[in-house]
Amino acid sequence: MADKKKTKIEKKTWLRLGAYLKKYTALILLTIVLAAAVVFFTLYIPILCGRAIDCMIGAGDVDFDGIANNLLQIAFCALACGVLQWIMNTVNNKITYSVVCDVRRDAFDTITELPLSYIDSHPHGGTVSRVISDVDQFADGLLLGFTQLFSGVMTILITLVFMVMIHPLIALIVVLLTPLSLFVASFIAKKTFTMFKLRSETNGELTAFINETVGGQQVIRAFSQEDETLAHFDEINDRLKKYSLRAIFFSSITNPATRFVNNIVYAAVGLTGALAAVAGSMTVGGLTSFLAYANQYTKPFNEISGVVTELQNALACAGRIFELIDEPRYTPDKENAPALTDVEGNIDLDNVEFSYTPDRELIKGLNLHAKKGQRIAIVGPTGCGKTTIINLLMRFYDVNGGTIRIDGQEIRDVTRKSLCGSYGMVLQDTWLLHGTIRDNIKMGREATDDEVIAAAKAAHAHSFIRRLPKGYDTVISDDGGALSAGQRQLLCIARVMLEIPPMLILDEATSSIDTRTELKIQQAFQTLMKGRTSFIVAHRLSTIKEADTILVMKAGKIIESGTHDELLKNGGFYANLWGSQFESADM
Amino acid sequence: MKNLFHYLKSYTLEAILGPLFKLLEAMFELFVPLVVADIIDRGIAAGDKSYIIGRSLILVALGVIGLVCSLTAQYFAARAAVGTSCSIRRSLYEHIQKLSFSDIDRAGIPTLITRLTGDVNQVQNGINLALRLLLRSPFVVFGAMIMAFTLDAKAALIFLAVIAVLSVIVFGIILGSVPAYKKVQSELDALTGTTRESLSGARVIRAFGMEDSESETFAKHNTSLKQRQQFAGKISALMNPMTFVILNLGIIALLQSGGNRVMTGALLTGEVVALYNYMTQILVELVKFANLIITITKAITCMQRIDAVIHTEPEMTFPETIPAETASAPAIEFRSVSVQYTEGSDPALSDVSFRIERGQTVGIIGGTGCGKSTLVSLIPRFYDVSAGEILVNGVNVREYPADKLRDKVGYVLQKALLFKGTIRSNLLYGTASATDADMTEAIAFAQGSDVLAAKENGLDSVVEQGGRNFSGGQRQRLTIARALVRKPEILILDDSASALDFATDAALRRTIRSLPERPTTLIVSQRTASIMDADQIIVLDDGKVVGIGTHSRLLETCDVYREIYESQYNTGNKSRQEA
Repeated sequence: MADKKKTKIEKKTWLRLGAYLKKYTALILLTIVLAAAVVFFTLYIPILCGRAIDCMIGAGDVDFDGIANNLLQIAFCALACGVLQWIMNTVNNKITYSVVCDVRRDAFDTITELPLSYIDSHPHGGTVSRVISDVDQFADGLLLGFTQLFSGVMTILITLVFMVMIHPLIALIVVLLTPLSLFVASFIAKKTFTMFKLRSETNGELTAFINETVGGQQVIRAFSQEDETLAHFDEINDRLKKYSLRAIFFSSITNPATRFVNNIVYAAVGLTGALAAVAGSMTVGGLTSFLAYANQYTKPFNEISGVVTELQNALACAGRIFELIDEPRYTPDKENAPALTDVEGNIDLDNVEFSYTPDRELIKGLNLHAKKGQRIAIVGPTGCGKTTIINLLMRFYDVNGGTIRIDGQEIRDVTRKSLCGSYGMVLQDTWLLHGTIRDNIKMGREATDDEVIAAAKAAHAHSFIRRLPKGYDTVISDDGGALSAGQRQLLCIARVMLEIPPMLILDEATSSIDTRTELKIQQAFQTLMKGRTSFIVAHRLSTIKEADTILVMKAGKIIESGTHDELLKNGGFYANLWGSQFESADM
Repeated sequence: MKNLFHYLKSYTLEAILGPLFKLLEAMFELFVPLVVADIIDRGIAAGDKSYIIGRSLILVALGVIGLVCSLTAQYFAARAAVGTSCSIRRSLYEHIQKLSFSDIDRAGIPTLITRLTGDVNQVQNGINLALRLLLRSPFVVFGAMIMAFTLDAKAALIFLAVIAVLSVIVFGIILGSVPAYKKVQSELDALTGTTRESLSGARVIRAFGMEDSESETFAKHNTSLKQRQQFAGKISALMNPMTFVILNLGIIALLQSGGNRVMTGALLTGEVVALYNYMTQILVELVKFANLIITITKAITCMQRIDAVIHTEPEMTFPETIPAETASAPAIEFRSVSVQYTEGSDPALSDVSFRIERGQTVGIIGGTGCGKSTLVSLIPRFYDVSAGEILVNGVNVREYPADKLRDKVGYVLQKALLFKGTIRSNLLYGTASATDADMTEAIAFAQGSDVLAAKENGLDSVVEQGGRNFSGGQRQRLTIARALVRKPEILILDDSASALDFATDAALRRTIRSLPERPTTLIVSQRTASIMDADQIIVLDDGKVVGIGTHSRLLETCDVYREIYESQYNTGNKSRQEA
């Protein structure tokens, strides 16, 4: 049953692959023909060499015309083989890298249109490795694997034909003895598997330990635990040493062992060939060609056994990539959907239902009406659905039921781009683009330097930016590593300051900024929010006191709403929350 | 590199025996064509069957000896490589534990981890292959030539020419393609970066409508990657065809001159066959050798990077002798302390002076990046001051042995880090002698009794890597307990109650005040509420002390403090009062 399913998936992967390769059908046919020709010429040369040697019987008995004739043929074969092989390699490269490029393009296309639900629930590293390393492995494995497989099979077949032509009986000996090397190789691989597993487990253990203790050096030194830590390190390191030695040694047996089998075949050919030569059924030149073949014959076998695993691996990689490419994208804009323009900022949520997973309902029957210019604050304990509302407003997630309208227009009826563009957004997650400070403020929009600086000043970011080594041209690498969380948040605020859209979303926008700077930014926020419908999610209650409406959420429902004073008067959940802030101060 | 040989020294025997047996194996391999020549020239020519059988058995014997030699060589090479790399890893790890935090910060923790893992493994791989092949491949190549020389001096000249041309081609192409592949790699890195960015920044990218520009960036790198790959591929694609043609030209020359020599009787037919066989052996070994050079180059780069870390002298040295403390001296005293992490940058702390008496509780407050954490990390001497001095019990911290100074301090860091193990193993950290009663008591002091109660196995509950099976608040309380188990003279809480709610935070502070040992306590916080009841509060702004005093005094005299306080707490009341 499971097998059937697997073959079905494999079949589908093959079909998908076929679609990508179709564009290059002519090149693929060409490369197959070239491979056949290359193999033929390569293998024909030992025969010609044998014939040339047969022209040298002994002193005073050498057929120079025969030698010259054969050598000429060798030269022709070698040159032809060289040229054809070079063309073949170039063609293979072209096919491989073009397919890789095409697949990556499609994968990235999918990523830009993946629903946020996918991005939020799948580790980013996994998706990245599909686009990068899986594609690489699939290309190497599948396309190079194929050429190897094809050349390998051709080599075996043509060698066989040539050997039979020279001497069928000795050919039979070679055919019977060769599988021995395959058997030996797979036997060793099986035996060493457990040793490799032990090694990689211990290696993982050591890496985890190193991560933990190098990262936690401050704690280790604060508690003077250097010696104890080193002792623990030694214990794992010694174990790794033991397992590594075994794994490396036993796996390195494979080569000598197959080489040994090969040597036995060589000796057998030497013996039987020489006896046949004595009996007159074979020439010395024939024996020479035969020995050359015996030397090479096991090679394609070993390669093919490697290719099979490689192909399986490549197929699995391809399957993972296609899975990503086929991932359902977000619902596209409706046909002829209008752009959201001249936004007033009247937002209506009616009877909204939403959950991330079908079995755990989160928001149900949510109604919320924000008039132009109003400030709506959302408070509540962690996990109550505050951020979810933001996700729904910007259509990062679609509602399961009910409607969200802006100025009377359903947000699902307008283009996503215009919807997102109507909101200015500062999130708790201070994501920065890989680029300069300036790029990060501009975010793809047209703006003069003065405008950028004005925005940074408004966000109180100008003074720290100026102190950076290259000011606004400082390149932020690795997600802003060198900047503090607070500085990154200030940059995110400056982005919004540059061009203020008609509606605002501030999700814990000042959580990483110290309270004094926050107080200063609050003034900037006041100007920012003037005349704009704003949603504010905050942890610190002092920041939302001035909101027109405070919504108190608990478990996906709005349990209280009103102004700060009203809510305090009501003495409900909010009043409790507010009070608890000062409890400690009162003691 | 000198370092590498230093570590390899303990494995001298293995490092000699490995290549030695490898050479033996190669030598026996070189005999094979001679034996075949004998079979042809004596056995077949004379029709001597028993001679043929005897020589064939020699071929088998050579195979067996080759196998034994080769296995011995592999074993010794593996032993030397694994042993050496494990000792390198150990001394590197030991050294990192001695580096000052300034050095660690400068190198970066991810870098140090890569040195210990990936780089050491590369070195191991490099040593292993070098011991096995570095001598063998050239030996086979030149061995084949010397064997050819013994057969026919003229033929040896052909070998010399072929080897020279092949070497130029093989090394030229492999080494020449290295820069091309480096370019491929850098483009691939850019592609990875763009992909990661498009995922981690999905919300922001969509909110600012930047999908198209991201797709453009990706397409640009993707196309350029394809071009670079094809270019690099074109170079490598030359190798097989070119070497194949050259080799066959060599064979043609060999057979041509061979024919002449056989005619004059200077060579036998079998000897021509032997020459032909030697020729075919050369190419394989040259390719192996060129690839080996690449692996070794990589390993050498890695070893140099490891060396760079090992050669970083620890900035700090600690004396061995225990200094005499002054009983009447304050617990902690800062005298005009300045700290500058890197030359030329703004100082993290400048001219900081204060005294803390024994048993006092001191609050330290200020904005993000004002130097609070730097200040407290100077007490256990994690960093050295650039100017001024720090005294603990009247003794400069530089005069204490590391463990003597640090054992006085219970330090709870901002980042609540637990180690893999159990709650017990984490609490025993630094206080191996603590009893179960000590531990439960410390947990109770840290307001963590409920954490312990919630776990089935109590103190023996498993703590996963980084303590990820505990919530932030639980981790913080356990790290506080870990510090309290030590019954420290000085307790430092570096913003370590940030994940606790106000009530728990308050209870924690109450307990700490009533601890029987009355430790000198420093509380770093952003919340005024957490420090307003301290004996004295130190207010920092941009690395400078802008106020020291009690809460009520600072409210009157220190603008910065008042602003912080009002921004968090009083504005509510004030506006209510105003209203």
